[in-house]
Amino acid sequence: MENKTSRRSFLKVSSISGGGMLLGFSWLASLKPTEVMGAATGAKDWVELTGFIKILPDNQIKILSPNPEFGQNVMTSLPMLIAEELEVDWKKITVEMGDYDTPRFKSQFTGGSQSIRSAWGPLRKAGATAKWMLLQAAANQWNVPVAELTASNGTVIHKASNRTSTYGALAEAASKLPVPSNPVLKKSSEHNLVGKPQKNVEGPKIVAGKSLFTMDYQVEGMLIAMAIHPPAFGMQLKSFDATEAKKMPGIKDVFDIEVYKKGYERAGFDTRTFNHLIVVVGNSTWEVINARKKVVAQWEPIVETKEMVTNFGRRKEETIIPAGLESSDKHMQKMLELQGQKARVLRKDGDPEAAFATAKKVIEKTYSAPFLPHNTMEPISCFAHITDEKAFFVAPIQIPDMMKQNIVANLDVPADKIEMKLARMGGGFGRRAYGHYIIEAGLISKKMKAPVKLIYTREDDMTNGVYRPAYIVTYKAALDANNNIIAIHIKGGGIPEHAVHENRFPAGAFDNYLAEGWELPSNITIGAFRAPRSNFIASAEQSFLDELAHAIGKDPIDFRIELLKKAKSSPVGKNNEYDAARYIGVLELVKEKSKWTATPKGTHRGVAAYFCHNSYAAHVVDVSMKSGQPVIEQVVSVLDCGIVVNPDAAKNMVEGAVVDGIGNSLFGGLKFDKGVVTQQNLNQYRMIRMKEAPKKIDVHFVQNNIDPTGLGEPPFPPIFAALANALYKATGKRFYHQPFINELNKKA
Amino acid sequence: MAKMNLKVNHKTYSVDVDPATPLLWVLRDHLHLVGTKFGCAVGACGACTVHMNGMAMKSCQLPVSAAATQEITTIEGLSENGDHPVQKAWLDIDVAQCGYCQTGQIMAAAALLKQKPNPTDADIDNFMSGNICRCGTYVRIREAIHSAANMSKK
Repeated sequence: MENKTSRRSFLKVSSISGGGMLLGFSWLASLKPTEVMGAATGAKDWVELTGFIKILPDNQIKILSPNPEFGQNVMTSLPMLIAEELEVDWKKITVEMGDYDTPRFKSQFTGGSQSIRSAWGPLRKAGATAKWMLLQAAANQWNVPVAELTASNGTVIHKASNRTSTYGALAEAASKLPVPSNPVLKKSSEHNLVGKPQKNVEGPKIVAGKSLFTMDYQVEGMLIAMAIHPPAFGMQLKSFDATEAKKMPGIKDVFDIEVYKKGYERAGFDTRTFNHLIVVVGNSTWEVINARKKVVAQWEPIVETKEMVTNFGRRKEETIIPAGLESSDKHMQKMLELQGQKARVLRKDGDPEAAFATAKKVIEKTYSAPFLPHNTMEPISCFAHITDEKAFFVAPIQIPDMMKQNIVANLDVPADKIEMKLARMGGGFGRRAYGHYIIEAGLISKKMKAPVKLIYTREDDMTNGVYRPAYIVTYKAALDANNNIIAIHIKGGGIPEHAVHENRFPAGAFDNYLAEGWELPSNITIGAFRAPRSNFIASAEQSFLDELAHAIGKDPIDFRIELLKKAKSSPVGKNNEYDAARYIGVLELVKEKSKWTATPKGTHRGVAAYFCHNSYAAHVVDVSMKSGQPVIEQVVSVLDCGIVVNPDAAKNMVEGAVVDGIGNSLFGGLKFDKGVVTQQNLNQYRMIRMKEAPKKIDVHFVQNNIDPTGLGEPPFPPIFAALANALYKATGKRFYHQPFINELNKKA
Repeated sequence: MAKMNLKVNHKTYSVDVDPATPLLWVLRDHLHLVGTKFGCAVGACGACTVHMNGMAMKSCQLPVSAAATQEITTIEGLSENGDHPVQKAWLDIDVAQCGYCQTGQIMAAAALLKQKPNPTDADIDNFMSGNICRCGTYVRIREAIHSAANMSKK
């Protein structure tokens, strides 16, 4: 075996027994040589070009998609990047989901709107590298300069001699060549795939109801498991009696598990869980559901604990988990109380205290939002089969590699024995970044010595969640005698984190600016939810700016643009995160596309814009009122996320974010009563449905040549405020507290 | 436990299960027809929608004993090759995001078109509001149903 790893190349090549070569792909252009790849997978006559590309002798081309898929369509758009540079016919390519193999794929991460952004360079480079090697192989074979060759549709062509050869025929020779260190990438004007809509590669399987999801996975001899967790946050298992449950038909065993071992130091996405669970295992789902009701359990209150958590390997933080049974009404009281106390200064520009002291007028508004459950359509599930040979999982997980140390520590499985199929996920929205269910399924399989599928019912899913935190924020503006805004003060808190992004707009636009934050610990588990923190702070900030514009008699779009122009020409402070020009760009385009000043008859419009995950979004929402309830007539959305790889899928993502945001702002809110989740299924928790969805969503992308930035999250945060601002126009009432439906239906 | 015969997608299956078992779990666990999805088990989300004698039915709410001797159609039996007009329209419009709810949506839409070959937006909104799509593809679903209706006319 020969290793031709080049220190500077991001592809590496090694020969394998039985002929052919294997090219490993390193996601980031690391200076450190990566270890030699393992044995080739698949049929013998496949030649594997990089971890992502396989070319068959008959010129069939298969691309493995590295990132987990939960509906953001990366299984289509990521391979498009490779195919663009490789010069192959998209219709002749098959795309498969890669298994968990982060050593090879380096970054199997779906989250933070990062998939396309982080793959844009490396995946195109992978395609270009493979193409270069195929061209070089043909040049060697025909003894002609490589510059005389072109590649097109999976074929190398030498025009001068009228010779052609398929990639399939050249693949083996190509894979014996040294890896070029810096292949030339196509200019965006040369793209013939990127920027052209391509259909979801899994569409035919989805509409035919094929087995794609973890919930669908079945093998011979598989057992079904369900867990019982405490009925309330702040409680833990004391004891249980499973005598009756064990006698139920089809039941194999009932036992308890400790999910994380004592002393296990949580990291990154290891959410704190209900750690001590009762588990019921049986032959079929219905039998387990029935037996579970027969388990008699005693619960007891938890005591306050402190634990160290490693935050993505960067720093350790002490987390307090308070005892007690928490309730939503008490949360609100406490949050309002803490808003009146001293908080941590996050950023200060100029002298805001002095400005407020001299202000002629102060406008102050407080906004809040409740906990939100993710409610992915596919409830949590995981398949595990732990044997002496390996630990095999079929898992819906957004960041598989983050689970590695957790699996090693809590299932006593060596890292090299972990095998994981990354099933298509029935929704993620952040929930499936937290893979405690992988450990749970693994522990159950270990104990049963059998393949096991762990299923959460909807009630389990909603009451054992990793919720969006509850937030509060107060925005305060100081106005002088001429209605100039001379200072801004933002103070926010939350359970258990605040949502203030102190370096985002309107920071940078005001000479006197103060941002403060505080946290209130809680024993309710929280985590990432589509555009974490942004999804709340945007709703408050953009409502407040709207109210300010109204108070000083300015058009809400012009007012924002004016502030952004100031932030662009003479920014205040150093750490402003946003690009004011791109921000202005989306506002100007949404103004044009919505025909802003020509509100359709009978409707009321609101606008909002926001920057997060490296992208810029603006929406104009038109509502009409029917029997006191809002009807969303139209939404015009503008996104600046740089180059759009797959435009129709990107539109779908924006439409989805709009619907998601309207639904959550109008109806979303999970309540707690003495630690108990009060809405435990979808008949008790209101989610947006077809008749509440906008009649029309009109999506536009800013055309530019900026490398792609995020898309899954950015259109979500500003829709809340665009709706609130439209509702203000429709009702004359401002909407400060989510869900808006409660405010709307409140008797005046 | 009770032995009974189920007619699913024009095939007869013999099962021996608790007669109270919801059809959903018999389809998924016993017949391995996993295109019918589990979402809530309380009839609130529509992910488990099948047809019984051509009518849309939430299979999580239907005890298997009530489904015996009835004509059940699941997504696997909606068409031979995944080419029912509704399925074709779903692909043309590229409706799906995560895709989990879409088989239920498609079964509901197919039942709607059987009753109302030319539904209005209001017909669609009313009929389809029993099916939740968490990804928010409602606007595309509406468009796809109109497109399937037009396809069937031709």
